Amino acid sequence: MDYFLQQLINGVTLGAIYGLVAIGYTMVYGIIGMINFAHGEIYMIGAFIAVISFLVLGLIGITWVPLAVVIVLILTMLFTAVYGWAVERLAYRPLRGSFRLAPLISAIGMSIFLQNYVQLVQGARVKPLPPVMSDVIVLMDRAGGFRVSVSDLQLLILALTVTLMIGFTQVIARTSLGRAQRACEQDMKMASLLGIDVDRTISLTFVMGAALAGVAGVMVTMYYGVIDFYIGFLAGIKAFTAAVLGGIGSLPGAMLGGLLIGLIEAFWSAYFSVEYKDVATFVILVLVLIFRPTGLLGRPDLEKV
Amino acid sequence: MNRNPDDGEPLLAVDHLSMRFGGLVAVNDVSFAARDRQITAIIGPNGAGKTTVFNCLTGFYAPSVGRLTVSHSGQRWWLERMEAHRIAGAARVARTFQNVRLFGGMSVLENLIVAQHIKLMRASGFTLAGLLGLPVYRRAERAAVELARYWLDRVGLVDVADWQAGNLPYGAQRRLEIARAMCSEPRLLCLDEPAAGLNPRESADLSQLLTFIRDHHRIGVLLIEHDMSVVMAISDHLVVLDYGRKISEGPPAVVRHDPAVIRAYLGEDEDESESEDRADG
Amino acid sequence: MNPTTAVTATSRVQTLDWSAALKDAGLAGLVALLLTLPLVGLRTIEVQSRLTVEPHLAEVALTALLVFLGRLGLTLAAAGLARPVLAAATLALAAGWVLPFPTEALRVLMVIGALVVALRALWALHRRHDRLSQQERDRRMDHLGARFQDATRLIGPAAVMLAVALPFLPFADRATLDLGILLLTYIMLGWGLNIVVGLAGLLDLGYVAFYAVGAYSYALLAQTFGFSFWLCLPLAGLLASFAGVMLGFPVLRLRGDYFAIVTLGFGEIVRIILLNWANFTGGPNGIAGIPRPSFFGIADFTAAPEPGRLAFHQLFGLQYTPLHRIIFLYYLILALALLVNLFTLRIRRLPLGRAWEALREDDIACTALGINRTTIKLAAFAIAAMFGGIAGSFFATRQGFISPESFSFIESAIILAIVVLGGMGSQIGVVIATLLVIGLPEVFRDLAQYRMLTFGAGMVLIMLWRPRGLLAHREPTLLLHPRQSAFRRQAEAGGRP
Repeated sequence: MDYFLQQLINGVTLGAIYGLVAIGYTMVYGIIGMINFAHGEIYMIGAFIAVISFLVLGLIGITWVPLAVVIVLILTMLFTAVYGWAVERLAYRPLRGSFRLAPLISAIGMSIFLQNYVQLVQGARVKPLPPVMSDVIVLMDRAGGFRVSVSDLQLLILALTVTLMIGFTQVIARTSLGRAQRACEQDMKMASLLGIDVDRTISLTFVMGAALAGVAGVMVTMYYGVIDFYIGFLAGIKAFTAAVLGGIGSLPGAMLGGLLIGLIEAFWSAYFSVEYKDVATFVILVLVLIFRPTGLLGRPDLEKV
Repeated sequence: MNRNPDDGEPLLAVDHLSMRFGGLVAVNDVSFAARDRQITAIIGPNGAGKTTVFNCLTGFYAPSVGRLTVSHSGQRWWLERMEAHRIAGAARVARTFQNVRLFGGMSVLENLIVAQHIKLMRASGFTLAGLLGLPVYRRAERAAVELARYWLDRVGLVDVADWQAGNLPYGAQRRLEIARAMCSEPRLLCLDEPAAGLNPRESADLSQLLTFIRDHHRIGVLLIEHDMSVVMAISDHLVVLDYGRKISEGPPAVVRHDPAVIRAYLGEDEDESESEDRADG
Repeated sequence: MNPTTAVTATSRVQTLDWSAALKDAGLAGLVALLLTLPLVGLRTIEVQSRLTVEPHLAEVALTALLVFLGRLGLTLAAAGLARPVLAAATLALAAGWVLPFPTEALRVLMVIGALVVALRALWALHRRHDRLSQQERDRRMDHLGARFQDATRLIGPAAVMLAVALPFLPFADRATLDLGILLLTYIMLGWGLNIVVGLAGLLDLGYVAFYAVGAYSYALLAQTFGFSFWLCLPLAGLLASFAGVMLGFPVLRLRGDYFAIVTLGFGEIVRIILLNWANFTGGPNGIAGIPRPSFFGIADFTAAPEPGRLAFHQLFGLQYTPLHRIIFLYYLILALALLVNLFTLRIRRLPLGRAWEALREDDIACTALGINRTTIKLAAFAIAAMFGGIAGSFFATRQGFISPESFSFIESAIILAIVVLGGMGSQIGVVIATLLVIGLPEVFRDLAQYRMLTFGAGMVLIMLWRPRGLLAHREPTLLLHPRQSAFRRQAEAGGRP
């Protein structure tokens, strides 16, 4: 029971990170119907920018943790947003209306490019970052039982994710940008006829998705303390699985999917085998796509004839 | 109501077909029949559910309720239970699409050869005999080319047979799509707005082509069309849909005077007859 | 923008809008600055096992400046200032060679950028009207492709002859032959994947899984049961093909992009299983001591054969040299690759191959013609997997050692890059792309670290510029009027009213 509880806490934390990345996949898929393969790399870049920002802040003497974390979050979101914007502008926008596989291949190319770009400039070695927050709250510590604890960091991750989710849902539901986005999702041609700037809407979708992936990157950096240029690949697939599981195109779905994938991964590692935890994700991806392609919260999607 | 009550079982019988998408009822309890060697036209205003009927018939949608029976060659098929490719391959129902769907990167001739896939696949011994270059397959391919040539001739595309299909002008693409459907040697041909985007001369040619197909090939034609000049000139039987329901059925001469139809649409150029009918009614 | 500049801008009639051009270039420069500032400008390095940052701000500033100038140059060249831009770009090109740069990458950026701007300016001078429509550009490139394809009728056989003669050419040493074997392996894989991606239009991101299945099948069959290579080769092909069917069956109904990511997942699953099922696959240590092939079971390639066995050099009365086995392996992979090529050329003219291409063009229309999408796709998947498996068992026997490391996603990405860069569906394109993608980095070892970076960028650029491949041009597989030449058809197709 204690052990289970601890895994639950770990799984939910992991799930929050996946969920934030998954939102980027789901929004982009919803609006232009493509898998943004490079999204995992944006997350990886976010993690690198977080490491760099923490180091720079340390050098210039800003060591008060809350301030440092806020600054790092803002910087990372800013820079990953630029990356998201640039990727869309360079690799996807010119391909709208091109042949079927073109955007997908372009996205894979972009993903390979970004990964190797980071490897070249920052080196292939693992980047360790000394823990920024290390306080732990012990929830349960019975004699002979398993110690259940939740760290400040886990609480921060959860609080931040919930805040971002609420804010984000409000943006989509209330603002004109959100309306434009939903309109483009329904019918891009019609939206542009009605005076919506489709290009700008799509750009902003990428920017928002990238900023959220950046936040996830900061979180993972603080949570695990080590990153390398390759982390975007697996995290990308897992987050995509989360988006599919939740129902691609659905924001709450992405969050729910992220949570489920995080939990499954935590429990699988805890009770079955660490080695095969990634296989578990892939198997879920395949099973969902085959048996319930609309996911848990998605809308049915008929083949257009 | 049937013009040929002695004809026995119809080629296609649609019974109580309904199609729901979530809360929307696109087709609501529609029944009609299409007969061999006749052109049956489904007409109705936009959004009346015509293309949905087609998509149910050709297996792209699974109907919510209803029975779709095709009978010919002493056999019967229930389309609502069949996969789309079996409907085309076994029940021999061919279709064209509202927004032309050609194999744009392939040549005109290749489009027509692909249409004879099932036949050729068998002749190539499911590829093995073909890989070995056995004469069985070469004979079959030559026959397939001849059938293609026949239909290219019919639709006036022999000269451009080796062009990329995607490079053809729009009207030619429409004709090619019909030729491609005919090359699959169907018993029921479903045409989804074949005259859309054609100029008056091309429309007239189309009418001629369709009557030729009806008169010289053992086939039934089911047609969705907005162009009333085409519909009225060539149809033997009309089915009128509005908001997913069938509101009228019968020969063109009868349907065009049906007050329900006039109310629903048959608009502009029928204004006079409409007012007459109103006066009569 | 103040009124005066606005007036001058309009009075000079759309020739040049300086303020817009500067703003545009400034934006590009700013984006470049923001993109490079954290990652290029602040390098994380470890000093005494503590991570710290090392500033490289000059590189950032220089990159931003170069992007600004390049963008400005492109705009100006298009807006009628081609001559001065050409002069400036040529100057920059020369300067790029001699000036000192903080890193070589920046020098490359400058040289390539200047080259692109110069070419753009030349193009603008050459063509009076400044911009070709996409359609016109496609038509020209297709024309070029057609001409190139005509030429391959000669190049193809010549290349095969050269490949056959290679081991006997004076410069053919061990290294050359090893490179040849490597290239041919990738050519075979490229041709195999081309069936799925190029013909059937299915983006398979896990092709390396079948390569792995083939390699491990051979290694395990040979080591556990002592099967000979010649028995294992077809068996490995069959097993890989079986794996293709097993994996493909559930996922082939999926839409294109879902399909891509699921195949990627399968590729990873296979790798993870190979890595972790240690007592079967040897885990991360892999399998060593994989038997080498014999000369068709007749003779072995050894200096001193085991009793009762014949050695290759004895069989032909030659002096023993270890090169014999290399040459034999070279011919083996050449034959296997050509077999795949022959198969593809043939199948394109058969109903199955035509159905694949039709599927790539429009899968819904295929269904409406009675083609069973699932079986057709499955056939493509299984056949490509079989070739992948055969290539895999060749790889195993050549290396004598395999481990999961050789079968990572990067390998799939490289094979896909070969197919995409060469032009999907183009057989000769695969050969050329392999020479570029595998050959160049092997020859210029210094560039090897930039290899994947260039692939990625190359894939994006090709998609932007000409998604079907640089020299892609498709000849019909069947003609109604065979006497008309390809060019005539082309001219007609392009010059339609």
